[in-house]
Amino acid sequence: MNPPALEARQLTKYFDDPVRVQVLHGLTFALGRGEFAAVVGKSGCGKSTLLYLLSTMDTVYEGDLLIDGVLMRGKKEAELARVRNEQIGFVFQFHYLLNEFSVLRNVMLPGEKLGKFSRQEIEHRAYEKLKILGIESEALKLPNQLSGGQKQRVAIARALINDPLIIMGDEPTGNLDKKNGEIVFDIFKQLAETYHQALLIVTHDPEFAAKTHRIIEMEDGRIVNGAATGPGQPQ
Amino acid sequence: MNLPLLYDVALSLLLARWRQTLVAAVGVTFSITMFIALLSFMSGLNQLLDGLVLNRTPHVRLYNEVKPAPQQPIDRYTAGQRQHNFIRSIKPSDELPRIHNVGAIIAALRHDPRVRGVSPKTQAQVFYNVGTINLTGTISGIEAEEQNRLFAFGDYVVAGNPLSLKTVANSIILGKAAADIMLVSVGDVVQVTTVKGNRVQLKVVGLFQSGLLDIDKVQSYTSLATAQKLLGEANNYITDVQVKLYDFTLSPRLAQEYAQRYEVQAMDIQTANSEFETGTFIRTLISYAVGITLLTVAGFGIFNILNMMIYEKMDTIAILKAVGFSGTDVRRLFVAVALAIGLSGGGVGLLCGFGLSALIARVPFEPASLPTVHTYPVNFDPLFYVIGGVFSLVTTYLAGFFPARKASQIDPVIIIRGK
Repeated sequence: MNPPALEARQLTKYFDDPVRVQVLHGLTFALGRGEFAAVVGKSGCGKSTLLYLLSTMDTVYEGDLLIDGVLMRGKKEAELARVRNEQIGFVFQFHYLLNEFSVLRNVMLPGEKLGKFSRQEIEHRAYEKLKILGIESEALKLPNQLSGGQKQRVAIARALINDPLIIMGDEPTGNLDKKNGEIVFDIFKQLAETYHQALLIVTHDPEFAAKTHRIIEMEDGRIVNGAATGPGQPQ
Repeated sequence: MNLPLLYDVALSLLLARWRQTLVAAVGVTFSITMFIALLSFMSGLNQLLDGLVLNRTPHVRLYNEVKPAPQQPIDRYTAGQRQHNFIRSIKPSDELPRIHNVGAIIAALRHDPRVRGVSPKTQAQVFYNVGTINLTGTISGIEAEEQNRLFAFGDYVVAGNPLSLKTVANSIILGKAAADIMLVSVGDVVQVTTVKGNRVQLKVVGLFQSGLLDIDKVQSYTSLATAQKLLGEANNYITDVQVKLYDFTLSPRLAQEYAQRYEVQAMDIQTANSEFETGTFIRTLISYAVGITLLTVAGFGIFNILNMMIYEKMDTIAILKAVGFSGTDVRRLFVAVALAIGLSGGGVGLLCGFGLSALIARVPFEPASLPTVHTYPVNFDPLFYVIGGVFSLVTTYLAGFFPARKASQIDPVIIIRGK
């Protein structure tokens, strides 16, 4: 049996500045392949903090984090970068596209970094991802020529380019209107159900959360609901 | 590897901010240009000034000074006894300032593998007779060919042919200033009186100009045989043996060696012209100091621009890290940005430096002491270009390294969450 895509064991996090505050209290949960989970909770309950820990970008924590069954503790910075590159796709609230590059090049960049495929293949794959998101016609434009919704979809395409195991989102629909938000949701759902990628999306939008497979509800740095595998899991 | 990708990203960053890039590169270009031009010019000037001394002066000069006998007769009589002699007003021994057994010494020196050439010289004091007036002068008897080959004698002969000394009997090459006083020129005949009172007529075959007026007023040249004839001495009467070495830094050691072996006085060029070496060293030091200052200033320019670029590109750095670029990748990226500025600016700088040097080398320059020089001296030593190139890369690397390290340490979480 495959190990869970993501597993957290007793994750604990403190903020030391200006005074020592515990923001995460021993979180334990797992996220299976093809599972679409939403993390909800009030502002300041530690959702984003958790997400950045899980994304391996924040390395100061206690407890253990396993991605695809591999322990992340003790890995070097360059190894973690490799994990992010290969296994994690991240979508932020703000699109964070590089304005120096075309849309296509923005999507290709993590693929080129991974270096698993030739440039032509990466370009082909980037076009495919853009097609899934319905913006292949914008491929050669610069990001600042696109609308907000389009930019966010480019950012999602970029997160998908290496076919990551897990896609994480920090309020990816937060800056989008209802229509674009729905488009993004449908894309996520398709990714989970068709491509069996695990999705972990932090959101404030209860409507969005309600439509996912599983809701992980947080309060004051603890998971109050949804720590165990939810009923919506396909396996 | 990821390097091509990093270079590609670096290039995009540079092009996105091409105006800043250009300013930084122009800074490097300017400093390298000035560095090359300054060093080439300074070094050319140094070579010229050193040449003034080094070319004309023998590396080792063997001579026999008139001096009192080191052992006075009384010393011989009282040797071994517990007493000390005080003698006043000692006169030199009755010996001419000639070098003994000079033929054998010259032959031995010519076989020495360290010696490039040997040129014997006989000095004679004379009076130039101008009507009823006598001017004091010195005539040096030389072998014109050897003197020309070893000491660039021909460069200082401004009229006539130096080799005529050998072909024309009783000929003289007069100092230019002396000739002006006597109102003679090439082809005229001058009369000189030797110390012993002989009067000799010599034909002027050339004029000599060293650039030092006092020397040009008294110094003249003739052939070795004529000088010996003026003095009434045999053809083995030589007062100076001038030695030129392959490596002139050996001269102090060889001077000592020769003095001991041949029982003569020996003077090395370093002792004779110590102030020139100091001057050369100081001038070289100053030009390198100025050149390196220029490069360092350019380095600070790059440092500033990269720092600004990193502040502007915080988001870019954060996102590159988020999608899987490691800190090392980010550092390499910004070092590549710095090196690209250094390489392009430095490369153009080397070309401009060459151009500026070539331009300086065409500016007219007519020093009185150097009749063969017509333009500013410039030394096109490839070493300066190597130093300039290497130094521009090192400076830009260092200027890029610290901002790049800062960029590599940026925490993406702080940047992304800050929005």
